[in-house]
Amino acid sequence: MTKLLRLLEEDCTYTREQLAAMANMKLEDVDAAIKQYEEDKVILGYQAIVDWNSTDRDDVTALIEVKVTPQREEGFDRVAERIYQYDEVESVYLMSGAFDLTVIISGRSLREVAQFVSDRLAPLEDVTSTATHFILKKYKEKHLIFEKQAPGEREFIFV
Amino acid sequence: MNYDQILCQRIQEVPPSGIRKFFDILEEMKDAISLGIGEPDFVTPWHIRDAGIYSLEKARTKYTSNAGLAELRREIASYMERRFQLKYDFASQIVVTVGGSEGIDLALRCLINPGDEVIVPVPSFVCYGPLTSMAGGTPVYVQTKNENQFRLMPEELKAAITPRTKALILPYPCNPTGGIMAQEDLEAIAEVLRGTDIMVISDEIYAELTYGQHHISMANLPDMYERTVIINGMSKSHAMTGWRMGYLCGPAPVVKQMLKLHQFSIMSAPTTSQYAAVEAMRNGDRDIQKMREEYDGRRRYLLEGLHRIGLPCFEPKGAFYVFPDIRGTGLSSDDFCERFLREERVAVIPGSAFGPGGEGFVRACYAASMKDIAEALTRLDNFLTNLKRKQSREQAG
Repeated sequence: MTKLLRLLEEDCTYTREQLAAMANMKLEDVDAAIKQYEEDKVILGYQAIVDWNSTDRDDVTALIEVKVTPQREEGFDRVAERIYQYDEVESVYLMSGAFDLTVIISGRSLREVAQFVSDRLAPLEDVTSTATHFILKKYKEKHLIFEKQAPGEREFIFV
Repeated sequence: MNYDQILCQRIQEVPPSGIRKFFDILEEMKDAISLGIGEPDFVTPWHIRDAGIYSLEKARTKYTSNAGLAELRREIASYMERRFQLKYDFASQIVVTVGGSEGIDLALRCLINPGDEVIVPVPSFVCYGPLTSMAGGTPVYVQTKNENQFRLMPEELKAAITPRTKALILPYPCNPTGGIMAQEDLEAIAEVLRGTDIMVISDEIYAELTYGQHHISMANLPDMYERTVIINGMSKSHAMTGWRMGYLCGPAPVVKQMLKLHQFSIMSAPTTSQYAAVEAMRNGDRDIQKMREEYDGRRRYLLEGLHRIGLPCFEPKGAFYVFPDIRGTGLSSDDFCERFLREERVAVIPGSAFGPGGEGFVRACYAASMKDIAEALTRLDNFLTNLKRKQSREQAG
């Protein structure tokens, strides 16, 4: 079953026939499993990975290290929830090490991102400090490489 | 200059590979899908490439010993024992070659005396017959059959043996059929060979690519180790075709002669490739498994697709080829492939290119992306539908 999830994670545009063949499952079992995964929120959604730099849309992404004061009983969950509710926030991870949360946000400009940090994130009462790192260039995401590889010359050899 | 008279007659008599014309057509078609080339579509895993690069950074640019780096041969010995339960002494039983093909050439040239016969099951990879002829021997082709899943059957072997038989080529898992020889199949062949002096050249380049069962070598069987030369390499198992890394393992007296030939003709296999191969042998088992699983999924998808379309094909359990039976279309395999390429822009290889017995079949390689395989199936369906329509119109007319 994890094979099916791995395949969908790799490319959710595989057809059900392809998934069935590759996961060595029956078609109807593939359908049932996907339905169940969706209901159980094991599969949260399906998204394309877009290289916005190749379009005319400006896009700025920042990774913010956030230190917070954990809450009694709720630990870090409550503050994380208060942060991830914002539309600008793409991802939130609880971290081990020197800071507590990694928050990834994107916006249309540096100013917009900076403003979000200063106006929304930093003032939260449980947030004790933030350190903002702007992402300058994306090389690889989810196993996909952003750089466009020029196709090599096709050579035909009989083997 | 009359080159025909000057050039070696034996070499001139060997016909060139017959499918160049497909590649000529293919080169003109930029958007064609090729399931024609028998090569992994993966690039060599990075840790292996990195080991090659590191060896260059460290200025390891000189020859290695003739037999190959001792470190690599030790790793090959360890790999053969780990993966196939076969013990070879790195110092006297293993030579690193330039791809598997060199190993086949060395084995044939070291064994054949003028007039000796070499039994070659066909359809199979194209080099065995020509290399046998060029070494002064005579290839004796044995046609394996679709209904036997293209395995070599003991009675077929028995019928081909003469007092001049020097060696048997065992090309399993098989290119182009995808057929394999399971332990009981090999046992039946071994029974025919016991009591003879016939050597076995076992081309196991696809040994890591079997599906649903583990590869067994002829050398694993009782009394067969001392008559078997194993040809293998990293091309298919580790997606390293361009590195030209092969190796052979066999009985020490045979390997000693093969090393002599290798020493005078090659000197040593490329050094950078050997350092990369050390990494492949040492830390590459997971890569093999990952690629095998990927090929297996594509194999099932392509096979199901062929069955859905209605092209009969036995289930190949090895290598990365399907070998569907196209006799029902009424076309020769050559015509089928040329028309399929011209009409639907998909390249597959006619079975006739793989020796007698391949006619009536075509080879499609599934070491291609799922997207290409899916598209090729759609186009194949179109091609067959159009073909049927044309044929029934011709009959009516």
